Amino acid sequence: MKHSLWAVLLLIYYSNVHSFCGFYVAKADTQLFNKASQVVIVRQDDKTVLTMANDFKGDPQEFAIVIPVPTFIEEGQIHIGDKQIINHLDNYTAPRLVEYFDDDPCRVYLREAGPAMSAAPKSESSDMIRSKKNSHGVTIEAEYTIGEYDILILSAQQSDGLEQWLIENDYKIPKKANQVLDSYIRQNVRFFVAKVNLTEHSKLGFSYLRPIQVAYESPKFILPIRLGTLNADGDQELFIYTLTQKGRVETTNYRNVKLPSNMELPLFIKKEFPDFYRALFEEQVRKQSMRAVFLEYAWDMNWCDPCAADPLSVEELQELGVFWLRDRRPDNWAELDVFVTRLHLRYNADTFPEDLIFQETSDRENFQGRYIVRHPWEGKETCDEAKQYRQQLGVRYEGEARRLADLTGWDIQKIRQKMKIPEEGTPDSKTWWQRLWHRN
Amino acid sequence: MKPLFAHLHYYDPRVYQISILSTLLIYGLFFLDFDVNPWAIILIPSTAILTQYAYHRYLSLPIFDAKSPLISALSLCLLLRTNSITLLLLAPIITISSKFLFRWREKHLFNPTNFGLVTLLLLTEQIWVSPGQWGNGTLLALLFAGLGSWVIYQANRADITLAFLIFYAIILFGRASWLGDPLTIPLHQLQSGALLLFAFFMLSDPKTTPDSRAGRLLFALLVALGAAFVQFWLYRTNGLLWSLAFFSLLTPIIDRLLPNQPYQWPIHKEK
Repeated sequence: MKHSLWAVLLLIYYSNVHSFCGFYVAKADTQLFNKASQVVIVRQDDKTVLTMANDFKGDPQEFAIVIPVPTFIEEGQIHIGDKQIINHLDNYTAPRLVEYFDDDPCRVYLREAGPAMSAAPKSESSDMIRSKKNSHGVTIEAEYTIGEYDILILSAQQSDGLEQWLIENDYKIPKKANQVLDSYIRQNVRFFVAKVNLTEHSKLGFSYLRPIQVAYESPKFILPIRLGTLNADGDQELFIYTLTQKGRVETTNYRNVKLPSNMELPLFIKKEFPDFYRALFEEQVRKQSMRAVFLEYAWDMNWCDPCAADPLSVEELQELGVFWLRDRRPDNWAELDVFVTRLHLRYNADTFPEDLIFQETSDRENFQGRYIVRHPWEGKETCDEAKQYRQQLGVRYEGEARRLADLTGWDIQKIRQKMKIPEEGTPDSKTWWQRLWHRN
Repeated sequence: MKPLFAHLHYYDPRVYQISILSTLLIYGLFFLDFDVNPWAIILIPSTAILTQYAYHRYLSLPIFDAKSPLISALSLCLLLRTNSITLLLLAPIITISSKFLFRWREKHLFNPTNFGLVTLLLLTEQIWVSPGQWGNGTLLALLFAGLGSWVIYQANRADITLAFLIFYAIILFGRASWLGDPLTIPLHQLQSGALLLFAFFMLSDPKTTPDSRAGRLLFALLVALGAAFVQFWLYRTNGLLWSLAFFSLLTPIIDRLLPNQPYQWPIHKEK
């Protein structure tokens, strides 16, 4: 987007933000990606609420997770979230496809203003057993059941002990985990572990595992990803949504790249938008040698344009942990001070050796992954403008084909075949001198 | 060792610095998609030069030279991010003013860009610095190192950059070995474009660093320790900038303990 901005430099810089229009047709949500984890980070000052959702599809009995937290936590700081709200956040922030229809070139009229914005709609625990055990230098600070999870808050002095304890308690630990656990323990990181309580799980009747939330206060604005990279089952996919007051969030120790956006693409993309987005992301990851964090969405939570889903309601935001809205009354229609950032990365231990470190910026410029298909006008040619328009379509189609090939790495010949445009790469079958002297 | 381009030795190193900073800015804008407000490229340099000119007239200084404010302005363009037009004007004014307001002997106390950034970070919530913008490409690291060393070699201040990078590397590798982290972690931290830019183009400023070699080595050590303290102890960003601004206050003391002749840009020497 910056390139096109530079082309017209100063003139339209502040006018483009509110002028998106076009009809929203499709979105590409996180379910397109295998092994995708989603994390929502709510943060203001040093207070953080972290919500973690993964797409675990196996036997709940097999599920066990070790979660590092930067500081000491107590029982009340862990909570079970609502998967539907994360799905809503995913849909709201997902890259989107919009379509336009070309006007009859023979008619001249003023363009209408963009569509109105949607307003926010409306939408929508635990036995505790205290015990303090100590084995292998691991102290169980608290042990209780919340929702479908058995939670244990641990404090460990030594990684050997922690690793031993985890193995004895049936937690599957990757081979090199000891090294990472040791590093975390030296950095005063605390851990809690969660397993599925099968009785509670069947009693609650959810077909999936609900997200786990943890609230803590720490200057560290990080997301520990190192334990995740130890699993030898290939690259990991991670979506991070941040909800902050001031503005966009970015990583400080990895490069941030805006996903290429706002481009006109061939019409057939409409039918295979999910495939397109997957290929686009794959290709961009490859171009950046898997060393970048991609920005997919940065927007003020009060609105969207075009909307892939309505903005989240105050209740949903509160449920995600947006604590500064806690005292807000339902009849308060003043603007919400919530800014959402959606980051997407594919990573492994080689390309992302360090945990992610973030900073909140004061950047409130809106950004979205938005792709455009434009239907040609198909009426009769009744004027010279229409003939000219038809001739220019060829150039436009070729441009769209090349753009798509560049974005996705797809074969340009196949794209041209799908678009039914000439294969040799010329905009139409006429030579340049034919176009010069035989315009008709 | 003789400089590679010995015949260029008499020229002002600031000319190279300007061309290299401009190249980096163009590279950043067009290849790394820097999130720079287009107004910044126009407003920051012009305001910086105008401010310098205003002080020059007000203080009736003999020779007006646009090179120094241009260097500060280019550094600001590379580092400062904001959506506020007012701050795009205010930043170069604060930056250039610091050279005239905080003086001591024949030097100014703060690196101007450093002072401008730190002041605005402290006073407003409207600016940010993106240390991640350069990525961690090894090639880029080499490019920086090559270009940067040329500049400092011309300015005869290679020692402070080199010393700082060595001290900082020792801290990073030391921390990694204490934590038992793999070497990829400190290497990743060292390959940061922001770190190299800081070391080669900001820390090396001969007008604000101690005059004696021993003083500069001490200064490099302090800045490295301070940056690590901010990053690994306070867990805050921009450790390098905070550390440099803080320890710049100690430069007069270091110069008193370890005195030497203050640095003059070559053009002044000839006069």
